[in-house]
Amino acid sequence: MQVNTEFRPKIVAFCCNWCSYAGADLAGTNRLQYPADVKIIRVPCSCRVNPLFILRAFQRGADGVILCGCHPGDCHYTTGNYYARRRMTLLFSMLDFLGIEKERTRVEWVSAAEGAKFAATMNEFVETVTKLGENKRLEDLRCKKS
Amino acid sequence: MVKVSPIDLFPAIAKTQKLYVPDGSQCSGMELHKPFKEWKADKNAPCEKVRTPKDFFFPQTENLMAFKREGKTIEVIDTREEKEDFVIFGVRACDVRSFAILDKVFLADPVDTYYKNRREHATVISWACSPEWMRETCFCQTFGIDCADPEGDVAAWFDGSFFYLEAKTEKGEMLLDRIKDVLIACDEEPVWDLKTAIYTAKKELPLAGLTTDGFTPEKMMEYFNSEKWGELSEACLGCGSCTFVCPTCQCYDIRDFDTGHGIKRFRCWDSCMYSDFTKMAHGNPRVSQLERFRQRFMHKLVYFPANNEGEFGCVGCGRCLSKCPISMNIVKVMKALKEGDNR
Amino acid sequence: MQEIMKKKALTLLADGTVTRVLGWKRGDFVYDITPAVFETAEEVETAFVYNAFCGSNLSKYLVKESRKEGKTLVFLKPCDSYSLAQLLKEHRVNREKVYVVGIECYGKADVEKIRDKKGASIIRSVREENGMLSVRGLVDADASIPLYEVLLEKCESCKSKKHPIYDELLGDEGEVVEDCNRFDLVARLEAMTPDERYEFWRGELSRCIRCNACRNVCPACTCEKCIFDNDVSGVAQKAAADSFEENMFHIIRAFHVVGRCTDCGECSRVCPQHIPLHLLNRKFIKDINELYGEYQAGADPDTRPPLVNYTLSDAEPSIVHTRGGKDNG
Repeated sequence: MQVNTEFRPKIVAFCCNWCSYAGADLAGTNRLQYPADVKIIRVPCSCRVNPLFILRAFQRGADGVILCGCHPGDCHYTTGNYYARRRMTLLFSMLDFLGIEKERTRVEWVSAAEGAKFAATMNEFVETVTKLGENKRLEDLRCKKS
Repeated sequence: MVKVSPIDLFPAIAKTQKLYVPDGSQCSGMELHKPFKEWKADKNAPCEKVRTPKDFFFPQTENLMAFKREGKTIEVIDTREEKEDFVIFGVRACDVRSFAILDKVFLADPVDTYYKNRREHATVISWACSPEWMRETCFCQTFGIDCADPEGDVAAWFDGSFFYLEAKTEKGEMLLDRIKDVLIACDEEPVWDLKTAIYTAKKELPLAGLTTDGFTPEKMMEYFNSEKWGELSEACLGCGSCTFVCPTCQCYDIRDFDTGHGIKRFRCWDSCMYSDFTKMAHGNPRVSQLERFRQRFMHKLVYFPANNEGEFGCVGCGRCLSKCPISMNIVKVMKALKEGDNR
Repeated sequence: MQEIMKKKALTLLADGTVTRVLGWKRGDFVYDITPAVFETAEEVETAFVYNAFCGSNLSKYLVKESRKEGKTLVFLKPCDSYSLAQLLKEHRVNREKVYVVGIECYGKADVEKIRDKKGASIIRSVREENGMLSVRGLVDADASIPLYEVLLEKCESCKSKKHPIYDELLGDEGEVVEDCNRFDLVARLEAMTPDERYEFWRGELSRCIRCNACRNVCPACTCEKCIFDNDVSGVAQKAAADSFEENMFHIIRAFHVVGRCTDCGECSRVCPQHIPLHLLNRKFIKDINELYGEYQAGADPDTRPPLVNYTLSDAEPSIVHTRGGKDNG
């Protein structure tokens, strides 16, 4: 039997319902390829994402977490992504301060028309996280399958 | 009585069993028992008391079992690890007594097999207090603990160059027998001197006169209804510092952790000071911080002795005196309740 | 100072301006001082104390006390009054029910540092005079130690001796301390490699016993129900069961007070395990100052807090990738 030992990262992508989620959809209808390692969680706005969501994703085994929202200025609720931007900046900076690899977290603005950008972003992010390897610094051993 | 140099003693024990010694070096002057590596007189002496050695028998968190569901069946997995024998060296007199108090809870019917398993595998070597480690917060004599002659499987005294050892139980004798090659027979005189120095220092401590007089089961309702609780608990923050640094606090919670692919059932320390302590379907039986605060001290001073032949649920180690963020503690409670008596 | 404060309390109690006094109460030793509410002149006379060990911040108690009938007199040190100003900004304290007396402060002492300095395990008494502490142990001679050598961690880098809010002031009005160097240690950590930072924080946070003292003492943590006590939040865990839990608890604890933490330093003072928790809060404050402009929580009642504010040209989160710090290896 062939055993696949190559490391495949688990990526969680929080996508805003109004732009990035539609962007992912567009990437799909355009048959653009991006790795199946990316699991999308749809949120009503990037601002819905609480710092705990990011940490919980890592706890449950994610190796990288990306948040995608509308471009600044284009928020469906006018200003949500501005608040998300500050929040995530501070959170990512804190993770870096604790010595957790900063490349594991990312924010990207993707509109509903940017299917190609969505696919390219995901390809690039998966590649970065694959290079980093397994998330060891923010893992919960209890959640590891033995 | 036998004596032995620390250079010989620790390697001799460590050769046959896992050995834990007090180690202040890795934790900025805080005492913690760590596996023995190398004896250093300044690093391995007891220092600031924070973490209690109750962890050895009643760890802060412990996995009890795991569940795995497949289709319509649930598999229960016993996650218990069989422990090998180990030796804890340098437990203070107050902390040794706390083991006896924990035994009354965990070894009473129904026996807690997790606790019992670890307890049976351990040999405890106590270390008589030295005047240099005593703090003004010490009040072990209040509970009849003699810190110059501690309990434990083996008691130890240190005069700067030799440890003097005395076996107090069968387990202790077995341990001394295992290391008999390094032991030197001697008379008891040096130990008497050490003891005298300890008694002299002990008498001078500010809490030397504190007694448990009056804390009898008959006083239960009177103390329970005392007006003092309001002002005593007024500043309490409801944190768990006192309970988590306490060597005799033994309350725990059992929780399930969903790992995403199964359930791990674990138990962890809990604190009667928390708002969600013993929370049931209808809510919490003690709704105010006054009631929670009262519960902790009534338990230690009245309920516990009433159910355990007069043994108090406190050993006077003084940890809560130095660690409470607002400096409210069992000594202040005892004094306030007694003051109410005299009126 | 203690006598002046007592007199003030007695006067205000006697003329009915206030019905209770929130201050500090004498303990069994010189340093074990408890925050307390005094309702009668007799209580103030016998038990009220103010000395070098009154480090605790009384502001948080006003959330509870200001809901009671009648006015509460409170004595606040400068750092405490920042906390009160912030609580007022969040409408957690009823201003009408509080009579604030600001008191001057030159820093509070840490009894453990005194113990180390004196080289004695037992402290029997400490007398304070003109910034000098005369410390008596059990048998050895008295030691004279300057207060500034044994300050609490939080007082070592005192940010301000000015009271942002008060009804009355006892002692001199101080100034904001411009060169307090409170971000020095944060900056030193930032300059390390991620591996070094990771090792540092593992060493510190792994000691956490999850007693919640840091949270419960925090004047910014006044939620009626904390997310960590809420069974349905999915993160309510009573013990530090895993390294992830330790990290998560402390990140979220600090994050929930971003822009509201006045840097009073109580979290580090009360930690039984001596974890420098204030560094996490200071990291957030430093980032806010650098990215969104200088902001001091509690300094004024009007400025919008940084997390409920934005500008169109805010830095992108990717700035974290390009800022400071050495690379591993």
